Amino acid sequence: MTTPPSQVVLSVEDVTIDTRPAGRKPIVRNISFDVREGETLCIVGESGSGKSVTSMAVMGLLPKDALQVTGGRILLDGEDVLQATPARIRELRAQKVAMVFQEPMTALNPVKTAGAQIDEVLRLHTNLSAAERRQKVLHMLERVHLPDVERIYKSYPHQLSGGQRQRIVIAMALILRPRLLLADEPTTALDVTTQKQILRLIKELQEEEKTAVVFVTHDFGVVSEIADRIVVMNRGDLVETGTCAEILSNPRQDYTRMLVASVPSLIPRCVPVPANPKVLEVVALEKRYGKKGLYRDRSVLAAQNISFTVRKGEITGIIGESGSGKSTVARCVMRLTDPSGGAIVLNGHDIVPLRNLRPMRQHVQYIFQDPYRSLNPRRTIGQSLMEGLLNYGLRETEAARKAAATLELVNLPAEVMNRYPHQFSGGQRQRIAIARAVVMEPDLLIADEAVSALDVTVQAQVLQLFEEIRARTGISILFITHDLRVAAQICNTIVVMQDGRIVEQGAARDVLAAPVQAYTRSLIDAAPAPDWDFQNFRPVSRAL
Amino acid sequence: MLGFVVKRVLSAVPVLFMVAIIVFMVLRLSPGDPAVMIGGPNATPDQLAALRESMGLNKPLLEQLFIWLGAIAQGDFGVSLVSGKPVAALVMDRFGPTLALSLSTVVLAVAVAIPLGVIAAWQQGKWLDRLVMTGSVLGFSVPVFIIGYVLILIFARTLGWFPVQGYKPLSAGFHDFAIRLVLPSVTLSFPYIALIARIVRTNVIEVMNEDYIRTARAKGMTEGGVLMHHALGNAAVPIVTIIGVSIAMLIGGVVVTESVFNIPGLGRLVLEAVLARDYTVIQTVILLFSTIYVFINLGVDLLYGLLDPRIRY
Amino acid sequence: MTQTPAPDTPIPPARDLPEMDSAAPDGGFGALVRGVLSSWPSRISALVLGAIILMAVLAPFLGTTDPVAINPALRLQGSGPEHWLGTDSFGRDVYSRIVYGARISLAVGAGTVLVSLLFGVFFGVITGYFKWADIIVMRFMDGLMAIPGILLAIALVAISGATLTTVLIAISVPEIPRIARMVRSVILGVKNEPYVEAASVLGTGVWKMVWRHMLPNTVAPLLVQGTYIFASAIMTESILSFLGAGIPPETPSWGNMMADGRTFFLLKPELILYPGAMVSLTVLSVNMLGDVLRDRLDPRMAKRL
Repeated sequence: MTTPPSQVVLSVEDVTIDTRPAGRKPIVRNISFDVREGETLCIVGESGSGKSVTSMAVMGLLPKDALQVTGGRILLDGEDVLQATPARIRELRAQKVAMVFQEPMTALNPVKTAGAQIDEVLRLHTNLSAAERRQKVLHMLERVHLPDVERIYKSYPHQLSGGQRQRIVIAMALILRPRLLLADEPTTALDVTTQKQILRLIKELQEEEKTAVVFVTHDFGVVSEIADRIVVMNRGDLVETGTCAEILSNPRQDYTRMLVASVPSLIPRCVPVPANPKVLEVVALEKRYGKKGLYRDRSVLAAQNISFTVRKGEITGIIGESGSGKSTVARCVMRLTDPSGGAIVLNGHDIVPLRNLRPMRQHVQYIFQDPYRSLNPRRTIGQSLMEGLLNYGLRETEAARKAAATLELVNLPAEVMNRYPHQFSGGQRQRIAIARAVVMEPDLLIADEAVSALDVTVQAQVLQLFEEIRARTGISILFITHDLRVAAQICNTIVVMQDGRIVEQGAARDVLAAPVQAYTRSLIDAAPAPDWDFQNFRPVSRAL
Repeated sequence: MLGFVVKRVLSAVPVLFMVAIIVFMVLRLSPGDPAVMIGGPNATPDQLAALRESMGLNKPLLEQLFIWLGAIAQGDFGVSLVSGKPVAALVMDRFGPTLALSLSTVVLAVAVAIPLGVIAAWQQGKWLDRLVMTGSVLGFSVPVFIIGYVLILIFARTLGWFPVQGYKPLSAGFHDFAIRLVLPSVTLSFPYIALIARIVRTNVIEVMNEDYIRTARAKGMTEGGVLMHHALGNAAVPIVTIIGVSIAMLIGGVVVTESVFNIPGLGRLVLEAVLARDYTVIQTVILLFSTIYVFINLGVDLLYGLLDPRIRY
Repeated sequence: MTQTPAPDTPIPPARDLPEMDSAAPDGGFGALVRGVLSSWPSRISALVLGAIILMAVLAPFLGTTDPVAINPALRLQGSGPEHWLGTDSFGRDVYSRIVYGARISLAVGAGTVLVSLLFGVFFGVITGYFKWADIIVMRFMDGLMAIPGILLAIALVAISGATLTTVLIAISVPEIPRIARMVRSVILGVKNEPYVEAASVLGTGVWKMVWRHMLPNTVAPLLVQGTYIFASAIMTESILSFLGAGIPPETPSWGNMMADGRTFFLLKPELILYPGAMVSLTVLSVNMLGDVLRDRLDPRMAKRL
């Protein structure tokens, strides 16, 4: 290092956090790290790693009757916050250490205006007059690049978009120019394009103020964009620390290697399938929510003029940001939602006019996003798997045999048939949900954000499983995702949607590697770390 | 906004219509012939027939219903079957005491219950909270008239602070009016204090678990400040809802309390009417109370818009 | 030691906190009973309620005399070896009437729960599942809810004649819309749950869907609501009897005893206070159990009273 060593702002020394009353094993064990002025430290880990708990401990926001710090010191500019009085901690908050939370939708008080909520910080910690405070808040709103700040000041949170709300939260956190900013998954709930803007904003403000930033995230893409140094955590232990480059290109620990290698990259891997027969052909599909009123048109077009095909053995991805209509299309194909117009041709028959859906549902199955809610908690795995088979008149013994065989297919032992969903992890549940769909031997599988709720390592396994099932059964899959990197791993064909319309479609290697439309290109540009090939710990070779 | 109000008021019409039908059906379809009740057990068949004729009981049920609804729509509530006086006049006579009792009860209940609930939420799990919660379970487990009699025993009979029973209108002087209202209002407010305090507590606690409360704490706010500035405002909608519901529920308690304290209000009127089988009076009073219920709920709905900016009409 | 600052109420665990409450979603009935009886207030409540039930069942064997036997010579006696709690204005034994009165109160409570749950669940399912039914039935329910329950009950009893059955119907009817609304909201809420959609994708029919995937979600709230209805039915019965619109006056019920005692209240308040205490004790213990049950089964249900 040529620059003189800057001052350490936060020093976490040997901190252990335990449940209260103490559990068998503390949930964070002997963690130590430093953060310096102007530096961004990323704490990376999967769910249950203790990364959020660690950041909450710094803020003194651990739920008092559930968690406590049982050992170590947390020094903020040399002052141990664990020893500070409640009054002193309140003083430190917002002035020396501030926090940005994950959910911009719920982090703001819905019954107060955005301006009043930022103003509150000034009222608590300064003696400024109302006019001075207002001036300062408006200035801060400008600094976080919000448009029309006078209007935003008077707006309630529900009148703002997710990205705008997160800017408000950031403004609130940084208005008193704290020394340390804790950001707990601040962009996870946002679309990629918004995520990119927020990351840039944090970076920009940090450089102006020399703020130290602790950035908690599960997403290595984000990490590679912003981190100076990285702390990797796993189940409460600190696995490895190092500079960004060290961890991404040369991780020393096995766990880190696995974690980094699980991150999908943007390189499309699948070639188009040959001209197999069409399993699904969607023609000019339209979905309108609400009715066209007599005087005013209150309806919303969630999807219009949607046409695409899925061939036998093909995985077709529909990608788009939230509100693009991709899920609406999937639900229409499944007839969970009734389409307003167009045709959905399944194996040569249009299913839009069907009134009795049972015969059609044998041929199409659906996998939902949330594995925690898609299995009835009161029914055993066996009961869930056999339900469909029994509905279509299979005998119980035969159904049980098929269910057991399908469980083997998704790498679960047949013995789990008598267990209940809560005894399984998220990844296992998603595999059970896949088994429940596959056991029906459908021609088409619809996977609606089926891997989005999973940790990266589990996500990689489930994607692998989809591949295997396709190879073994020749099934076609309609794969809905917001994540381009996931789509790149598995899709032969890609349909890009925006605002209810198809923007671009074609073979995955064409759409992702050489997009024709500006919107597709902006999506690809916004995806974090487009140039890094995580599986191989090196930059993407452009000689593809 | 105006469009919403109009729409909401109009939506109350079918509910009231339904109420009228239910009341009518209940009274008409119950076993027991009104003519026999009016005429008495000694009436001759001829007399009964004449009575039925004059009361319109011979006509088909549906026709009777429409005749009645038509009359109500014109503001004609009929005459009492017992006293022969117009029902509207009877009701107006008795309205004052009931209104006074209800208003003083609601004001008392809200004024006591909200602070109690907030304190309980703040001290969640500690002894003060337990005390409030235990008191509140007790509050709606003891019948209102028992509370009334116990209060009479202690404060009227033994201590002699208040009169035992009775009512004086406001025109007889404020002191005479108020002093007779204290025990009835306190009695009647017990269950509502209990109810509202519980709802306030649970909703404030629930709001205190929201993300934006964590944001407020992260600003360096004191716990009291968080409670007053962030939690209470967000708990307002369910609190106002329950206050609306309890005003509506108050009506049942009014009947009992008026009976215990000998207050000549609508509760006593309806009780007398029921015991005398005075259909026209029963119908009218039930309809009146139901209308009040519907309009209080309507008012609550309109209040939501003021309390929560997310609700737009 | 650690100085954790201000918060007195817990902050919800963040996304990646380990699961602190890993209780099984369905612990079975035995586990529920054990859970409910894990605190002292609920143990005492259960004990009190058990004693009252026992008292009702064993009424003839508890040293009681005929509760309706009139003896004008022994009017308004105080406590004594003959009449443990004295006699009322007709010379009837107050102790015996209290013991037998438990039968009426418990029967009214149980009967009301049964009737209102039966109809409430039926209408709730119908209106939650079928849009057409929702429009028709719910308008009717709205109308029913707008009528003050006690007034409706008084009118029903006064007009149809005072029998146990009429009282039961009169108390149950106003509860039905509340149950129906609750069941309806559970069904509506669960309708869009992925596991219900998943079952529909698997070709599960309407009634199987309701029975297997929807109704089980109503069991917990119904159990809680049932206890509250039980308590409020006992309360309402006593109010109706007190107002003279309850079960036949000669029947020994707590409400009737209090109605009889009104005239002599200032002279002999215990004629009202004894049965009043019994009503309060019963209702209190049932309510306490209901609270614990609610906390065990679903903390979020705390919202509904």
